Amino acid sequence: MAAGKKKTEMKPLYEGAKWDYGLVDDSFQAIQKIAIEEMGLDVYPTQIEVITSEQMLDAYSSVGMPLMYNHWSFGKSFVRDEARYRKGYSGLAYEIVINSNPCICYIMEENSMTMQTLVMAHAAFGHNHFFKNNHLFKQWTDANAILDYLQFAKNYIAKCEERYGQKEVEKILDSAHALRDQGVDKFTRRQKLDVAALRQRELEREEYERSQYSELWRTLPETKSKDSQEIDLIERDLAQKLGLPESNLLYFLEKHSPVLDNWQREILRIVRSVAQYFYPQRQTKLMNEGCACFVHYHIMNRLYDTGQITEGAMLEFIDFHTRVVAQPDFDSPHFSGINPYALGFAMMKDIERICENPTDEDREWFPDIAGNNRAIDTLKEAWKNFRDESFILQYLSPHLMREFRLFNLTDDTTKPHFIVDSIHNNRGYKAVRAALAAQYSVANLDLDIQVSKVDLHGNRSMVLIHNMTNGMTLEEKQADMVVAHIKRLWGYDVTLNSVDPKSDKITKTYSE
Amino acid sequence: MMHIIDRRLNPKGKSLSNRQRFIDRAKKQIKRAVDDAIKNRKISNTDGGERIKIPSDGLNEPRFMGDNKKGTRDRVMPGNKDFMPGDKIKRPPSQGQGQGGREASEDGEGEDSFQFTLTRDEFLDIFFEDMALPDFVKKSIKEEVVHEFQRAGYKRQGSPSNLNLKLTMKNSLARRLCLHRPRDKEIELLENKITALRKKKKPTIKQQKNLVTLLEELEQKKRKRKVVPYIDPLDVRFTSFTEVEKPNTHAVMFCLMDVSGSMGEIHKELAKRFFMLLHLFLTRQYSKVDVVFIRHTHLASEVDEETFFHSRETGGTIVSTALEIMQKVIKDRYPPEDWNIYAAQASDGDNLNSDNANCQQILTQELLPICQYFAYVEVWDSHEAEMFPDDSNVTRLWQTYDEIRQTHQNFAVKKVTKAEDIFPVLHDLFAKDKKSEVA
Repeated sequence: MAAGKKKTEMKPLYEGAKWDYGLVDDSFQAIQKIAIEEMGLDVYPTQIEVITSEQMLDAYSSVGMPLMYNHWSFGKSFVRDEARYRKGYSGLAYEIVINSNPCICYIMEENSMTMQTLVMAHAAFGHNHFFKNNHLFKQWTDANAILDYLQFAKNYIAKCEERYGQKEVEKILDSAHALRDQGVDKFTRRQKLDVAALRQRELEREEYERSQYSELWRTLPETKSKDSQEIDLIERDLAQKLGLPESNLLYFLEKHSPVLDNWQREILRIVRSVAQYFYPQRQTKLMNEGCACFVHYHIMNRLYDTGQITEGAMLEFIDFHTRVVAQPDFDSPHFSGINPYALGFAMMKDIERICENPTDEDREWFPDIAGNNRAIDTLKEAWKNFRDESFILQYLSPHLMREFRLFNLTDDTTKPHFIVDSIHNNRGYKAVRAALAAQYSVANLDLDIQVSKVDLHGNRSMVLIHNMTNGMTLEEKQADMVVAHIKRLWGYDVTLNSVDPKSDKITKTYSE
Repeated sequence: MMHIIDRRLNPKGKSLSNRQRFIDRAKKQIKRAVDDAIKNRKISNTDGGERIKIPSDGLNEPRFMGDNKKGTRDRVMPGNKDFMPGDKIKRPPSQGQGQGGREASEDGEGEDSFQFTLTRDEFLDIFFEDMALPDFVKKSIKEEVVHEFQRAGYKRQGSPSNLNLKLTMKNSLARRLCLHRPRDKEIELLENKITALRKKKKPTIKQQKNLVTLLEELEQKKRKRKVVPYIDPLDVRFTSFTEVEKPNTHAVMFCLMDVSGSMGEIHKELAKRFFMLLHLFLTRQYSKVDVVFIRHTHLASEVDEETFFHSRETGGTIVSTALEIMQKVIKDRYPPEDWNIYAAQASDGDNLNSDNANCQQILTQELLPICQYFAYVEVWDSHEAEMFPDDSNVTRLWQTYDEIRQTHQNFAVKKVTKAEDIFPVLHDLFAKDKKSEVA
């Protein structure tokens, strides 16, 4: 065998479109060799599961997870996806990959051998590396536990249905689902102090007050009437106890709703946990796909260079790859926003170019990485430490902006015209880049809605505040319905106000 | 490091229970929509699919969403052609708010409002979901099986008349391409070259050699053309049909209506709706339903649909005349041993007092024994109904018929005062668990 290894030209791993387990295994080993030894990727162990198109549809409807609790809304998306698929409006994905340990990677039986190879390079190594290394995934998701947790959730909800009836459970789930987007923690919650620590802190404060005490203070006239001060104090105390303002509405309702039973709270918790698990995916879509595309492109080319795949296979791959990373222009009928695969892949390739083959412009814009000849390490650093917003802000080069011919359009809905704000020229690079990054920012992706006040001593009404970004109110019909759902979970009156953060004025109020 | 698992044999239909839940939830809404649709329908447009829109309350998954029509936003887009900073672009007409504009559908239900078209059959299935033919008169239902052909994909063998040309040629083309069958053009080109070479009077050695190779090539290509035929038996596909058995049952429905002066337009409209629904229901059960219209004053006659509903007659009211005509029509055209006979009678309850006994006699002696089902609907307009709210105040005809009802299971009497009542009444008549109710 040693003699065979010396040759750069190896035997093709497979020929033709047919695949079997032996071939898949061989390809996987070959890919792994390149991914681990040459690129130095760091991945979870992989579990490849072969499924049929029907099972792929099943997986679609349970948000891509191998198991999920039962709810009619999953059936609804199944019916919709199925109809779309059967009528030929949309194809199916070639793979689904799950951020778990081991990393589960579904591949479809209909795929050709080349597709299976591509899919393994893309998902089992590209996405897998990203899941394991990106800081957001590390911080917010637990790949080791997710499958067990989903199993627990499924069983728990099934048990609740048995005990309290499907209707009751459905009600809670409906309401919780309506608040899914508002059920994620965006920063870590303050650790609760235990009783001893609280007592200790109180003592310290008393001690401090004593040490600062001076008879003179007593002689100062009181500024506020004692009554209002006391009420203020009570309110502040309460707000602090409840942790207001709170942007995780599901968390707040789970902990503080006066009307929910324990099982209902647990269901809110389940929905919240699942939402939290998916939260990083939304913020890293561009990078995640970019990373996976870069990895599969690199690996497929290496396989081809070493003669491990045939020219025919390479052609099939290139045909597919070009279609995936195509970016239609804004005026094309196929345009539906920026394709995360296209921009992601282009940015990764661009970084590689800057590292290996920089122009003067690149040296000026990226003095840290230009010409360092360590493309893959540079990329791995980026994959680890950024999310879409910061990644674009950091790495989008003028070269790429020109290539994509990016321009920024300002849309003020009160005016009859859009205005072209800046384009891909010297004056515009920074503005376009900032505007594009802002599109991927949390502020733009997520609405800022918080519980701001709860009247626990009076009529128990709850006031929510929506801090508007760019003067955008909420879609009224939907908002009214969601408010009705919040009311169901809270049990008492709920009001939601859209507030302009600049003037603090209430622009719009929603109620059920 | 890697496991590979074959999940293909796992039980299918993991989403089955979720799908069932969704359909259950949707069904209520579809049913409501169907009921609404039928209420507002004309007799003439019962054919063709009905667009049913599920109102989204119960199937909606609301979320907080930003209102796309408010505020300002930046949008970075690729593919700039000739825009310069500061250019103004006219806002495209409302639908293309850039984001695709599908968030809000016409009535602002949001993107969740599902719309799908039910076929006529699905529509009627849902509509008549919990209704069935009364099965207490099980006599000589004539059932013969008819065979019908249905398309069933393609097959390799078949009769020449079923040859599927398109598919056959497609296969042939694919095979010829794959096996590199030489084209006419290639051969022509070769032959031209050869003739050109042959024409040369003094060919050089090189040309001679060339000629030999060309001849060989031509020979080879010609041979290949023989081996790879233009159309091979392999390519041939036939459209396939299978025979499906269909039960052939037929029914006749008699519509009897009082058209005397006391029947106003409102009464007739109500009666018409009732007849229409009954007709629809019967067409669900039988492959062929004949309808016979009989109208009567003090005289009765068989008429066509148009006259039945729209022309006016004056005169007294003698119900038995209509029953006699029905009897005659049955005798002439619809032998009871071959036909399922249904009758629906609509009247405002007026009748010549002396005639009631007559009616009773014809019905019990002659008609009811041969009818599958006989329904009598008394139409009152709502004013009348308000004036005589209690059941004690009934018409003579009603009294008579009510007596018959008590002794005959296949006879039913109902009262209808407004359009909304019609479906429930029909529903009562044919409710699936009617039998247990009677018992």
